[in-house]
Parts: sequence; structure tokens; C-alpha cells
Amino acid sequence: MSLADASLAAQPPASGADARWRAIVRNAFPFVVVGGIWEIVAHLGIFPPRLFPPLEVVAAAFWRLTASGILPHHAVETLLRLLGGFALAALAGVTVGIAMGRWRRAEDVLLPLVSIGAPIPGIAYAPLFLLWFGLGNLPAVLLVAFVSAFPIIFNTWTGVKAVKEIWLRSAQAMGASDRRLFRHVILPGALPYILTGLRLGLAQAWRILVGVEMLAAVPWGLGWLIFGAREFLNTDVMLAGVAVIGVMGLALEKLVFQRIEDFTVVRWGMMK
Amino acid sequence: MSPARLRSIRRTTVTLLVAAALYEAVARSGMFPAVLLPTLPKVATALASSLADGTMLHHAGATLYRVMLGFTLAIVTGIPLGILMARFRPIENFFLPLASALMPIPSLAWVPVFILWFGLGNAVSILVVFYAATFPILLNTWSGVRSVNPLWLRAAGAMGANEQALFWKVIIPGASPFIITGLRQGFLRAWIAVVGAEALAASDWGLGWVIFDAKEFLNADLMLASLVVIGAIGFVFERLVFGSLERTTVLRWGMVQAAKG
Repeated sequence: MSLADASLAAQPPASGADARWRAIVRNAFPFVVVGGIWEIVAHLGIFPPRLFPPLEVVAAAFWRLTASGILPHHAVETLLRLLGGFALAALAGVTVGIAMGRWRRAEDVLLPLVSIGAPIPGIAYAPLFLLWFGLGNLPAVLLVAFVSAFPIIFNTWTGVKAVKEIWLRSAQAMGASDRRLFRHVILPGALPYILTGLRLGLAQAWRILVGVEMLAAVPWGLGWLIFGAREFLNTDVMLAGVAVIGVMGLALEKLVFQRIEDFTVVRWGMMK
Repeated sequence: MSPARLRSIRRTTVTLLVAAALYEAVARSGMFPAVLLPTLPKVATALASSLADGTMLHHAGATLYRVMLGFTLAIVTGIPLGILMARFRPIENFFLPLASALMPIPSLAWVPVFILWFGLGNAVSILVVFYAATFPILLNTWSGVRSVNPLWLRAAGAMGANEQALFWKVIIPGASPFIITGLRQGFLRAWIAVVGAEALAASDWGLGWVIFDAKEFLNADLMLASLVVIGAIGFVFERLVFGSLERTTVLRWGMVQAAKG
């Protein structure tokens, strides 16, 4: 038991609803403190209010943009771009990863290329993609796909290689065909790794996409919203946009991936 | 050298040569404009001439300065705060919700905000690097200190270690595999962030800036040359710096096993 756990156990047991309230208050407290400090600094007028708007102004900007439908439009475009790029990356990445894990020849050919391409930051490819594919949606989606494919390939490859030899042999001894072996042994066995890869890939896609939207001059998108707002010194709009980006990132992680994990690998007993 | 290793080197060389030959063939076929898809000798010439006249070194130096300063700030903040969070519950209660709320915001989203606040230039890139690198370092340190085997703590306590000895001799080495993982992840993100920040917050020097500047003049050869330099520096840090850090600390202490093959 670590020291932190010890202090937790020392607390008197609380009833369910009571404990939940306490958890909410405890989690909200730091935000109240930081928000309060922000408000005080903003109202003191040390910085120009255009550059350091108080929170109510940011909230008003958020409400104004949401009510007029501008913010949802930006958010939907960003999400579509993310999903498009990520779907491409998942399809290509899992296929390439499985091929590399199953066939020696594919591994020999692809591994050097993947290991050279992976460490270069994705955003550095952006100007090249812009030159090759023009401005707009196409380079943004392709770049997101390109960048998020690397962790997916690596993890799928590792996962397929990490399937226990004894599972393969026992399934073969029980007369499993190649197809059955793949569907019922290799795929479930590699799935925890594949899911980790997809998760890392999505996180990377999300981090890159915002930057790419600023550079690729797309007409709609959250990255463009905050970058464009800079021109007009609309700091309130920028901060509202940053907040939406944060909420979307959190939702992707908590709602999408934890669900998928609970429904697959946790249920099959591959992971706890 | 073992036969398996020789074989892998041979295969890698063959693959890279074939890939280079394919690229060269496409570039020379004239299917695409030569300015957009320069041949490899042209890229090599651009790399050599920019290295020779010192501009590439100046760009790389500017980028390294920003990334190292931001990364150092992130270490100085992330490791102590992570340790404090793991050791003292009120500090954890205060900072953990903030960290979980800020972490999913990509560091590049702050670039426009920071440009307004701090103007164009070094400050923006350094702060973005700091933002990108702090969270992996902080959260890994936190979970590393929390996951120190309680048996070790009690054994050291029973053998009469005082708080200070417990901290330096048990907790820090025990948490070090996590901390090094955090530093690694942090640097990876910092390296991405610095390139993006330099591209957006145009300053006159920096590898990210030179790529975007080259786009304006359709200098695809210079862009590819800079990509090579960016990749090489990232590779050196990942393999040599963090690899040797790992070998001299956690591997030597027997905290983790070296990966096989």
C-alpha cells in the first residue's frame, strides 16, 4: 500500500451520494481557484482586455458562436477531417501491421521504411503535402492519415508477433484452418496492442490536425477558427475555441476508446 | 556480429536502395514537375550547400535552443510537481483535475493565443514546447512514485532509513523507469511542437520555419533536406541520448530488462 492509499483508507467511510458530492466538489475546486485568479487578473486591467478577456466575455463569445451555428460548423468539419484521416490510417495501418507480423518478407521490406518515417514530426511534412496536394481538405486529411498510421502499424506488428506460440500451436493441433487461426486466435490475441495503437494514433491525429488546419487554410475548422481570430485580436473567440478543442479531445479519449476497450478486450479477459 | 543482425542490415540496405531507386525513377520520369519532386542528388546538393554555408547549422541551433530551454523548464516543473502530487494528497487533489483538463488540448492550439500574448519569436516556441512536454513528464513521474513497490519502502524503513534516504535511495530509483519514459514521451512531443510552433510563429531561424519559408519559393529540395536534418536530430535524441540515459540508470540498476533482439 503506498502512502497515498494509506491516507485514503484512513478517511472515514462515507455513504454513496455523499462521497460522490465530495468527489465533484474536490474536482471542481481547482478550477474555481484558477478561474477566480483569472477573473481578478482580467479585471485589474494589468493586461489589455482585448488580449486577456475575463471569463464571462469568453463564455459570451462561446454562446454567441454556438447560437449562430458557427462554432458547431467548425467543430463538425474538424471532426469529419479527423475521422476521415483516422479511418484511412486505421485501415492502412492495421493491414500493413498484420502483414508485417505474419510475413517475414513484408517485415524486411517495410520495417526500415517505417522506422525512418516515424521519428520525423508529422507537422514537418505539412508544407510538402501542401505543395503536392494543394491547399484545403485533401492535404489535411492525408497528412492526418499519414501521421497516425505509424503508431498503428508499430503496435499491430508488435501485437501479431506477441501472440503466444502455444496458442497458435494448440489451435493448429485442434485442426484450425489458416482463416480460423487468424480470426479466432491471432486477431483477438493482438487486439489489445491494436487498440493501444489506434488510441495513440487518434491522439496523434488530434494533435496534428489542429496545427494542420492553421497551415492548410481550410475554410472551416477549429484550428482555423483560432488562427483566424488572431488577425482580429479576438482573444475571447480563440479561448472559446481552445476550450472546445479540449473538451473534444477528452471526449474522444473517455467516451470512444474506453468504451471500445470495455466491450472487447476487457470482456474477453485479455486485459483488466 | 550475429548472422541475424547481418541479415537485418543487408535487408535494410536493400530496401532503402530499392526505395531510393523507385523515388529517383519517378522524379526523373517527368510525371510531376521537377520543382515539386526534386531528384535525390538535388536534395543532397541542397543539404550539402546549406550545411557548408552554415545556414542549416544556424537553423538547427535555433531550434535546439528553443526545444532545450522549453524541455528543461518542463523537467524542472514536471518532475518536482509529479513527486509532490504522488506524496501529498491535497496537492494531487488540486493539480490532477487541472492536468487532466489541460492535457487533451494540443499544444499547437495555444500557438495563436501565445502569439497575441507574447508576440512573434522565441517565447512562443519555448512556451509551446514547455506545454507539450510538461504533461507526459508530470503524469509519468506521478504514477512512477505511486507505483514504487511498498515492500521496498517498508523494508528500507525497517532497516532504519530516514525520510531523506528513503526518498533518494528508494523512491527516486524506483520511479526512474517511469520518469525516463515520461522524459522520452515529453521530448517526442516537444520535438513535434517546436516544428509546428516555428512554422506558425515565424521567426527568422529554425528548422520548422525554413521548411515553410522554402514552400513560398517552391524549394522542395531544401524542404526535403530540412526534413532529413529534423529526422536525424530526433533520431539522435531518441536512440543516443535517451537510450544511453536508460542504460546508465534503470538498466544498470536492474529496474527493467533490455529488450531482446
